[in-house]
Amino acid sequence: MSIVIAGAAETDEVGRLPGHSTMQLHLEAARNALADADMTIHDIDGVATVGTPGPIQIAHALGITPAWLDGTGVGGSSFLFHVRHAAAAIKAGLCRTVLITHGESGRSRVGAGRFGLGADSLLGQFELPYGVIGPPTSFTITALRYMKETGLTHEQLAEVAVAQRRWAHLNPRAMYRDLITVEDVLDSRMVAYPFHLLECCLVTDGGGALIVTSAERARRSPVHLLGSGEAAESPIISQMEDFTTSKGFRLSGEAAFAEAKITHEDVDHLMVYDAFAHVPIYGLEDLGFVGRGEAGAFIAEGHTSPGGRLPLNTNGGGLSYTHTGMYGMFAIQESVRQLRGEAAAQVPDVEVSVVLGNGGMFASAATLVLANRLP
Amino acid sequence: MKPAPKPTPETQPFWDGTAAGELRIQRCKPCARHYFYPRPSCPRCGGDEVEWVRASGRATLYSYVINHRPAPGFEDEAPYAIAVVELEEGVRMMTNLVGVPNTPEHLELDMELQVVFERRGDVSVPLFEPAGGAR
Ligand SMILES: [Zn+2]
Repeated sequence: MSIVIAGAAETDEVGRLPGHSTMQLHLEAARNALADADMTIHDIDGVATVGTPGPIQIAHALGITPAWLDGTGVGGSSFLFHVRHAAAAIKAGLCRTVLITHGESGRSRVGAGRFGLGADSLLGQFELPYGVIGPPTSFTITALRYMKETGLTHEQLAEVAVAQRRWAHLNPRAMYRDLITVEDVLDSRMVAYPFHLLECCLVTDGGGALIVTSAERARRSPVHLLGSGEAAESPIISQMEDFTTSKGFRLSGEAAFAEAKITHEDVDHLMVYDAFAHVPIYGLEDLGFVGRGEAGAFIAEGHTSPGGRLPLNTNGGGLSYTHTGMYGMFAIQESVRQLRGEAAAQVPDVEVSVVLGNGGMFASAATLVLANRLP
Repeated sequence: MKPAPKPTPETQPFWDGTAAGELRIQRCKPCARHYFYPRPSCPRCGGDEVEWVRASGRATLYSYVINHRPAPGFEDEAPYAIAVVELEEGVRMMTNLVGVPNTPEHLELDMELQVVFERRGDVSVPLFEPAGGAR
């Protein structure tokens, strides 16, 4: 049985949406994905989502009676996990067609869940006492070690933001579209040394949804799931095994490539969850597209930019396109658009696209290999 | 007020240690390896034949960021370093650095550090300063 993404859509707008609650973002995305798939709620018997308000409320609000639910919540990579779990459930006969939704009022915080963990949590005991205030001060903490061990320069780190802005420049939906230089990045406000503002992701509102089903049930332009992998490393970043490489990236990538039976030469397009500028560098190396310590130069030389040989984060990524807090959904959406030939910054002849998701600051990872044809 | 940790049963010995001016970590007897954060079984072999030991308090600077947008309680210290140190026993932990200007020029990776303790409400948290004392 071939599993496909039979529908994919984002909310009508992404960015600053103070007039939308989290729930409305979920439902708008869900309706758009159903329309995209040429399906109705009566086709859906599985629901997966994460965070506020959860799969039961989403199913109930839409009038779906689910035979299968998944609320796997492992941060921004959760939707990649949902795709993988939905595929397994459909193959096992537990359900036929799964709706995966994301909605997050990340910027406006309308009808949103509350941040924060107790002082008796793992994070509350062993990281928060040291003045950590969200991802900008903890996800970033691996970078100096990486720089020392590989020789990555501050300019090369800045080049990641520059390269992704080139893609955002071509995307009317991107929040930031003006081209920038390395000097612009290095002159932007320091957030958490060595990270400047332009090396940190946006904070936006928005949503997206997917319809996952078997190939025979798809009605239009299905995107095939050739392979997937999931992994987890450490619940708190200080306990990562090695600050210069993500075990989750490596393991989930290896699993996905093996299942899909592809090599790096087969990959036409790549999405790497980019909460901060160092993450695509880890992604390129840990997925094996370049050797250790080579990603900074690879990006700086333009290979991931428009016209380059490995188009990366072609919507502009979390750094320039949008980042609601759980960006993984948007990475999948862009991959689907590229495979259908419908992207704003369309890359020619994309047949195989790889999506790497990341959750909870290198805690969880998942990789999807998607294609617009079967091998 | 800086955030203070709230101990749980499995972490209480760690926080009892910091209150007594000691850095206590766990060690698996069969594996002869130390580990951190506190938990009841060895992350290498899964066994529960583990013990609490006193760490030397010597460490090196593994990585850090210098935060310019302070967390609540840290308003007077920004910009300040959020660091991860590697203890002599091989385990790593997050901390803050004291007794040294928190600037890139003064914070060289792999520099030698030693533990000190700071009282926060009912608990003491381990911080690190350059080995040989504050300068
Ligand atoms: Zn052991």
